[in-house]
Amino acid sequence: VGVKHTVDYNIKVKVKDGKVAKDVKHSMNPFCEIATEAAMKLKEAGVVTEIVAVTIGNAKAAESLTKAMAMGADRSVHVVGEQAEIDGLETLQVAKVFAKLHEELQGDIYFMGKQAIDDDQCHVPQMVSALLNIPQGTFAAGLKVADDKSSIEVTREVDDGSQTLSMKLPAVVSCDLRLNTPRFATLPNIMKAKKKPIDKKKLSEMGIDLTPRVEVVECAQPVERQGGGKVADVD
Amino acid sequence: LKLQFLYFIASYTMNVVRRAVARRFFSSGMHMGLGEQELAFQEAAKAFAETEIEPHAAKWDEEKFFPTGVFKKAGELGFGGIYVKDDFGTGASRLEASVVFEQLSRACPATTAFITIHNMCCWMVDTFGTEEQRARFLPDTVTMENLMSYCLTEPDSGSDAASLKTVAVREGNMYRVTGSKAFISGAGSSEYYVVMVRTGEGTKGISCLVIPKNSEGLSFGKNENKMGWNCQPTRIITLENVMVPEENLLGGVEGQGFKMAMAGLDGGRINISTCSLGAAQKALDLAIDYTKERKQFGKPIAGFQNTQFKLAEMAAKVQSSRLMIRQAATALDQNDPSKTPLAAMAKFHATDKCWEVVDEALQLHGGYGYLKDYPVERYLRDLRVHRILEGTNEVMKMIVSRSLLA
Repeated sequence: VGVKHTVDYNIKVKVKDGKVAKDVKHSMNPFCEIATEAAMKLKEAGVVTEIVAVTIGNAKAAESLTKAMAMGADRSVHVVGEQAEIDGLETLQVAKVFAKLHEELQGDIYFMGKQAIDDDQCHVPQMVSALLNIPQGTFAAGLKVADDKSSIEVTREVDDGSQTLSMKLPAVVSCDLRLNTPRFATLPNIMKAKKKPIDKKKLSEMGIDLTPRVEVVECAQPVERQGGGKVADVD
Repeated sequence: LKLQFLYFIASYTMNVVRRAVARRFFSSGMHMGLGEQELAFQEAAKAFAETEIEPHAAKWDEEKFFPTGVFKKAGELGFGGIYVKDDFGTGASRLEASVVFEQLSRACPATTAFITIHNMCCWMVDTFGTEEQRARFLPDTVTMENLMSYCLTEPDSGSDAASLKTVAVREGNMYRVTGSKAFISGAGSSEYYVVMVRTGEGTKGISCLVIPKNSEGLSFGKNENKMGWNCQPTRIITLENVMVPEENLLGGVEGQGFKMAMAGLDGGRINISTCSLGAAQKALDLAIDYTKERKQFGKPIAGFQNTQFKLAEMAAKVQSSRLMIRQAATALDQNDPSKTPLAAMAKFHATDKCWEVVDEALQLHGGYGYLKDYPVERYLRDLRVHRILEGTNEVMKMIVSRSLLA
């Protein structure tokens, strides 16, 4: 399960010079919580044997891994980067990290949130699928695993309704709002999460090309809403 | 020149308000000094309170509804036996419990107060019970599937608790219990009643019996019509020749009841203070939001220095209460020799000051504060009793002065 440590959804963000203050409260991306819950449901049904939570971030991002393990993930992988490295990460490089980790993790299903609430890019699941040349079931609102566990059926929310796709495993599933309601972490599970292993890897040592492909030319607030005016008639 | 001067003052005060917006997140002091696990507990409790308690609390107060379904959900998350040892309970510390209860009581102090009373009873069984009693009572009480009530006070003995008269006479391998207990929270709904009874003379003649609800001779009075704490039933319990097996004598030894009751109350005082604290912080947060929105005389009332100073005083009252509560909780965790007076001090300070904060928050809401549309008046009604129960604030001062003058 890929989880992102993002600005807490409750925070009213203040943007100054195109940057956001770094010391605001962060927590697990809400869609990543849904992804973790989806994995947990499969584990409880006996379909899945192990859940590994993965994050790419600074040192504090480990909090989201602890949250995932408190929800029931068995262990975690933390790809750690310096703040400057993390700030410069683009979605393609994040996807490449996941693709690299697949060599080691050999996951059958890669669960992710559909997008992160800080940048709303909605790129990584699709890019991981392309890099690994495996199927993708994005915007999942429903999920069924075949009895022989070789394929899954993903019901996706699309612009004109729902679409159900069948795909062979391994596959990437990105989770949308209506897939499930994430469970609360219980106090005993929070305590147990402390003892679960976190495998730390350095982003700079993973052999991935981190040079940016995108240059930010300008960052501006949207024009403030002007008041409307009354017209005499609509002709 | 005069107009310019007035404009400067108005814009200066509004800048104070605007800067406060950016800093708001850090102003509560709730997170300071807490370790990773405590912060994780705080988040878990906050999420539960916002989802399961806050949307319903006003209705529960209005309808006098005892939310047993929500207690079960709380129990599933480990909130029912937070500091009960981890073979049955959650095995966390008093400090962690206080952090959890503070978040729950932001949503509803009365609901949280019952959860704390239940926790206190489970702890007493956990700490003083025999292994057999622990295994018999704890499994379905830490989950809050079955609830426990604490029964010490009687119609004729409140602050003078040791003068209790409910008597338990040994007959073979049973106790015959006769008497009555007053102001019992959860009475009629709880499955188990942790009852302090007289088996001998004086303080050393008090024992503790765990009595099940369906015992013959055990009956419950009417649900008292209270100012607050409406989501909890409060009744008189009457015991008429109730036969209780000796296996239910907590700890298996007579004469330990008063010690158990007082030990339970040390933690109970920290818990009740915490219930006041969470509600007061929430009331302060609401007052801050309201005074920024409400405009009179051409500007938000948060722009007036009286409002600003009031809010500053309220914040200091909340923060001082929080620090005293958390240190007392740590003292209890460490079994510090001063734990009892520290808990007593935290109790009378926090329950008094947090009541004042909620009262001032109501005033800052003006007429709207008096309406049930806003939760502030409910917090005020709920918090009033925290200055009285689990030992009146007057008794707390007796405890503190006794330890100072010893």
